Amino acid sequence: MIKVKLAEDKINKIKEICAFFSNKPGEVINVLHKVQGELGYLPAEVQEVIAKELNMSVATVYGIVTFYSFFTMIPKGEHPISICMGTACYVRGSEKILDEFKRQLNIVVGETTPDGKFSLNCLRCVGACGLAPVVLIGEKVYGRITTDKVKEILAEYN
Amino acid sequence: MEFVNIKIDDKPVQAQKGQMILKAARAVGIEIPTLCYYELNGQQLENRPGGCRVCVVEVAGRKNLAPACATEVMEGMEIKTHSLRVVNARRTVVELLLSDHPASCLICSKSGKCELQTLAQKLGIRDIPFKGEQSMYKKDDSPAIIREMNKCIMCRRCETVCNKLQTVGALSAVNRGFMAVVATAFEQDLAHSTCTMCGQCVQACPVGALSEVNQTRQVIQAISNPAKTVVVQTAPAVRVALGEEFGLEPGTIVTGQMAAALRRIGFDYVFDTDFAADLTIMEEGTELLERISKVMAGDKSVRLPILTSCCPGWVNFFETNYTDMLDVPSTAKSPQQMFGAIAKSYWAEKIGVKREDMVVVSVMPCVAKKFECQRDEFKENGNPDVDYSITTRELAELIKQFNIDFNSLAEEDFDNPLGASTGAAVIFGATGGVIEAATRTAYEVFTGKTLDKVDFTALRGLEGVRSATVDFNGTPIHIGIAHGLGNARRLLDMVRNGEANFHAIEVMACPGGCVGGAGQPFHHGDFSKVEKRFEAIYREDAGKPIRKSHENPYIKQLYDEFLGKPCGEKSHHLLHTHYFDKSKQIEVEG
Repeated sequence: MIKVKLAEDKINKIKEICAFFSNKPGEVINVLHKVQGELGYLPAEVQEVIAKELNMSVATVYGIVTFYSFFTMIPKGEHPISICMGTACYVRGSEKILDEFKRQLNIVVGETTPDGKFSLNCLRCVGACGLAPVVLIGEKVYGRITTDKVKEILAEYN
Repeated sequence: MEFVNIKIDDKPVQAQKGQMILKAARAVGIEIPTLCYYELNGQQLENRPGGCRVCVVEVAGRKNLAPACATEVMEGMEIKTHSLRVVNARRTVVELLLSDHPASCLICSKSGKCELQTLAQKLGIRDIPFKGEQSMYKKDDSPAIIREMNKCIMCRRCETVCNKLQTVGALSAVNRGFMAVVATAFEQDLAHSTCTMCGQCVQACPVGALSEVNQTRQVIQAISNPAKTVVVQTAPAVRVALGEEFGLEPGTIVTGQMAAALRRIGFDYVFDTDFAADLTIMEEGTELLERISKVMAGDKSVRLPILTSCCPGWVNFFETNYTDMLDVPSTAKSPQQMFGAIAKSYWAEKIGVKREDMVVVSVMPCVAKKFECQRDEFKENGNPDVDYSITTRELAELIKQFNIDFNSLAEEDFDNPLGASTGAAVIFGATGGVIEAATRTAYEVFTGKTLDKVDFTALRGLEGVRSATVDFNGTPIHIGIAHGLGNARRLLDMVRNGEANFHAIEVMACPGGCVGGAGQPFHHGDFSKVEKRFEAIYREDAGKPIRKSHENPYIKQLYDEFLGKPCGEKSHHLLHTHYFDKSKQIEVEG
């Protein structure tokens, strides 16, 4: 027997969400959406529980999780960083800003720092093009960023 | 049935309403090339993702080319299957596929049998104009199946076979775009997935992305080592399929040529798994009767039905999916393993060879047998009862490597004693055969009467799930049969839910039974080849002088000289096994 271990409250939460969707395999995307909303991400053990509850193969669940870019198996950091790659930000050098964040944090897009503090992601336009290039850390918006400001911004969270 | 009138390549055709263009064309002998399309006639399996676009055709009045496999015929439709536009598009599609495919055909295990290679030849492709990125996936070596996904063309046949036909659920398409690939959950190795090693994905793969672990080299090494006594055993289904590798019609029986070829290759003793199949019947049949008597006497410690346990893919399947029923399958080892256990005890002793100096090779129609012979419970101090299990295809390779002109070989017999067998053993190779063989013996033991007619035709056939009742002199014995793991699941779910009552159930993991095994010559979706092998199995049985396992004189001798009685102490040690819970359970952390 292979044992898959998960905290009791998480198991119960997942079961509750699956039951809300009547444990129907056809509702798997809704289930994944909701579970990610609750737990922040969808690690392997969580997918195992969902597969079991919905009576479908784990491979299929994993196939869905990896197909949609919205789903993630990596937990977001305490301070999730989002770099705007929308047109306005892009032409004003957001790629260089992204590179600087990558360098400072030593992670790539989609990853989280080993201490769990920061995670790095890109998004397309936050509707603040006048402030381009724009970076979001948590809910806070940073505008007109230059590469030399990256270090001091990160220092705010240390 | 409703029909529509269409024209294919200017030829007026009456096609069935609702039919796809591909089938309508094939029905009138117009061949449209396909690649991802895969169907097993009569087994309710169709892979039709419409993804490869090799089957595109031109439909008058439509702007875009249409995939023939996924476009329904309509009244008045005019279809061109090889216009210039079609031929050019088809060529581009294949060129694009080849641009992300390793050009290692010279050394690929699938070379000569690859559908992509055949197609490229057919379309006369001599250049790949597109240069792009190449997929770089990790090679996955499991004990039985190798996955080289760099060769994958995303036809998704394996995924469909694994999920729809077998309901194993080990494979799924994962990731997207260029990174898309068919993989297991969390892209782990097959060995760590729910894979049963049945290998039907290997049988379905059009290219060399999925193949069996090839052990021909180890076999040649063993044969050329003078210190080793090398014993070979051949499964029943091999003799009705091996000929296909040498251009013979499917269903040609080549038992005699096969024995001759094995001797030419240099095996010291050419024996037959059929002998062990007869032995299996003695053990499993006895176990069946004992269990039926106990249940009839009200013994609550045991329950029915008894399930056959010859098929290693099936064993892996129930060890993962039916762990609440691990007491139900027969404890009898499979014929392959019974043979190994007897060869390395009884026979080794008889000819004065030490266990470690004997090498047992099995030739199997199967990929899962490679996994089975590596299981720890089939080893003694690390020495396996069966050292190497090779497929029918690998045996054909060996014969070719030894420059043997197979078709001109004179027929030879197996060696005795472990080469003697009955018709009951031969039918192990077809779905329903094991239970028919068991019935032939169990009937006579149970009733004390001799059967007038040994053919139990009610147990034969190719429907996925079958049932029949055999009258044991007033006692009705209910028998269930399933082949293909999806069908097995349907039958077992009925038993689990109390919706069906059987005394005994036979399950084979592959469609058609072992004749349709994953180690057999590739049928490329032509299931009629499997049907012809199936018929040949019963012809071979009918031609045997002895057709009941308990009448095999060498089996009697084995019990007299060595084993004592069926299900006795020695049998229990050598010929029976136990099962493990391989399911995944969710547990609270802490």
